[in-house]
Amino acid sequence: MADSIVLENVTKSFTVRYQRTMKQMTVAKAKGRQTSRTFNAVDDVSFTVQQGESIGLMGLNGSGKSTLLKMINGVMRPDTGSILTRGRIAGLIATGAGFHPQLSGRENLILNAAILGMSEAETARKFDEIVDFAEIGDKIDSQVGHYSSGQSARLGFAVAIHVDSDIFLADEVLAVGDRPFKKKCLAKMEEVRDSGRTLFYVSHAAGSVRRMCTRVIVLQDGRLAFDGDVNEGIRFLKYDDSTDENEPDAAEMDDDSDEELGADI
Amino acid sequence: MTDVVLPTGETGIASERPLPPLQAPSANNGLLAVFQRRYLLKLLVRREISARYQGSFLGLLWSYVNPLSQFAIYYFIVGEIFQLHEDIPNFALHMFSAIVIVHFFTETFNAGTRSIVRNRQIVQKMSMPREMFPVASMLVSLYHVGPQLVILFVACLLNGWTPDVEGILALVLGLLLIMVLGTALALLFSAANVFFRDVQSFVNILTNLVRFGVPMIYSYAMVDERFGSLAQYYLLNPIANAVLMFQRAFWIGTAPDPEELARTDLPSHLLQRGVIMLGVSLVILAIGQLVFSRLEKKIPERL
Repeated sequence: MADSIVLENVTKSFTVRYQRTMKQMTVAKAKGRQTSRTFNAVDDVSFTVQQGESIGLMGLNGSGKSTLLKMINGVMRPDTGSILTRGRIAGLIATGAGFHPQLSGRENLILNAAILGMSEAETARKFDEIVDFAEIGDKIDSQVGHYSSGQSARLGFAVAIHVDSDIFLADEVLAVGDRPFKKKCLAKMEEVRDSGRTLFYVSHAAGSVRRMCTRVIVLQDGRLAFDGDVNEGIRFLKYDDSTDENEPDAAEMDDDSDEELGADI
Repeated sequence: MTDVVLPTGETGIASERPLPPLQAPSANNGLLAVFQRRYLLKLLVRREISARYQGSFLGLLWSYVNPLSQFAIYYFIVGEIFQLHEDIPNFALHMFSAIVIVHFFTETFNAGTRSIVRNRQIVQKMSMPREMFPVASMLVSLYHVGPQLVILFVACLLNGWTPDVEGILALVLGLLLIMVLGTALALLFSAANVFFRDVQSFVNILTNLVRFGVPMIYSYAMVDERFGSLAQYYLLNPIANAVLMFQRAFWIGTAPDPEELARTDLPSHLLQRGVIMLGVSLVILAIGQLVFSRLEKKIPERL
């Protein structure tokens, strides 16, 4: 199998500025207070993902998951280290695509598809399928600003999942969808996984990670804390409750398990 | 980009076609990539055209109300109060041909500077050449130049204008000059605006300066007369050159004796100057791209 995503010593640091205006900064400097602080959101992370693997990226809030995903997706560039990917990338970053609130769902869909690299013909061919999947109905022609957060996340997911990508990134996609939609997303993502595409899935739901992924990567304060077997990773994060520990397959057996659908987020 | 229909069978699709190369996911950027992805550019331009005046009753008409109101104000103040009608033949056309090109520049500059901040929802979440946004702003402004040119055309024809080859060349050169220069400055300032929103206020002041730094409400003949040999420094302003180019294309042709007017009211070697200025603008564009690429790395996190 070929490498799909290769990260080598990737570090990304952010600078937090406490003051933004000249006045505030002068006052702070005069009082000898700190005006900014730099921290590593992602700190010296290296790993290699093979084509067709499905990775569950886990970690507490603020551990650098979204930043890492943004770098893999190409929105951000690492400060040091390198990231290489193979093929087209599609996916969602932090529940929701880059939508323009003033444009209609239709315009946003077409624009979003084009940014993800779909051609005009490809978009036309898949348009109905995408709208059907998102279950937006007539609302497709109203402004995205008037959508609920769930609806816009659905549309974003629907567009991204229909792109013929080699790598699919999903960042907490199931956090806002309702239960039937979550089930549909998981099924679709399984389809993506089984078609040999690389899947990168961020979730706090141990059950769905167990169902979807073949490997878990855990970030802790930006550092790679764990990389390996799914159940061990979940145990590492202490996301397993006692019943799961005894019967790791309990969640998978019950298709409607809340945990599996990400209801514990 | 690719149009390949992927066979999504149960066995891996990867094995059924040649593997794409491993590369940095953010590598496909730069102005070149903007023009490789023309479909996306077209969508952005179309979207911008419909979104620029969204929620306003007059909508697209604002693009014409704005230059027309400027025209009316200047015509009244400069023409009626300062009595410049007398000194400049066909003063209205002198001013209007300048307003069209100056308005193109200021719109590109203003909208371009705001473009990345305005589109932050997309910039923060999707990977694409970010040069798209300033370039799209320029193209949207160019789109509005069309109808204004038609109005200018008709107005000139009504005033006994006969188009000539040199004039058409000057028109094309003037437009090209502002397209390149506008894009270059939009690139530079749109990236800077992400770091300090003060930039867009500063750009407002600059555009005000631009209006008075070009021979619009006064003629080049006056600059030449008052400044003497210093007038050559006035001509270092590329926008002033573009304005003169437009006046060469339209206003000159409406005079009873165009050649005489061109001799007295325009600098010599106008077209050559235009070509040089176009070259200068291309250099500024290259610098703009370099600076943009440098700043771009920090754009998503500073938005």
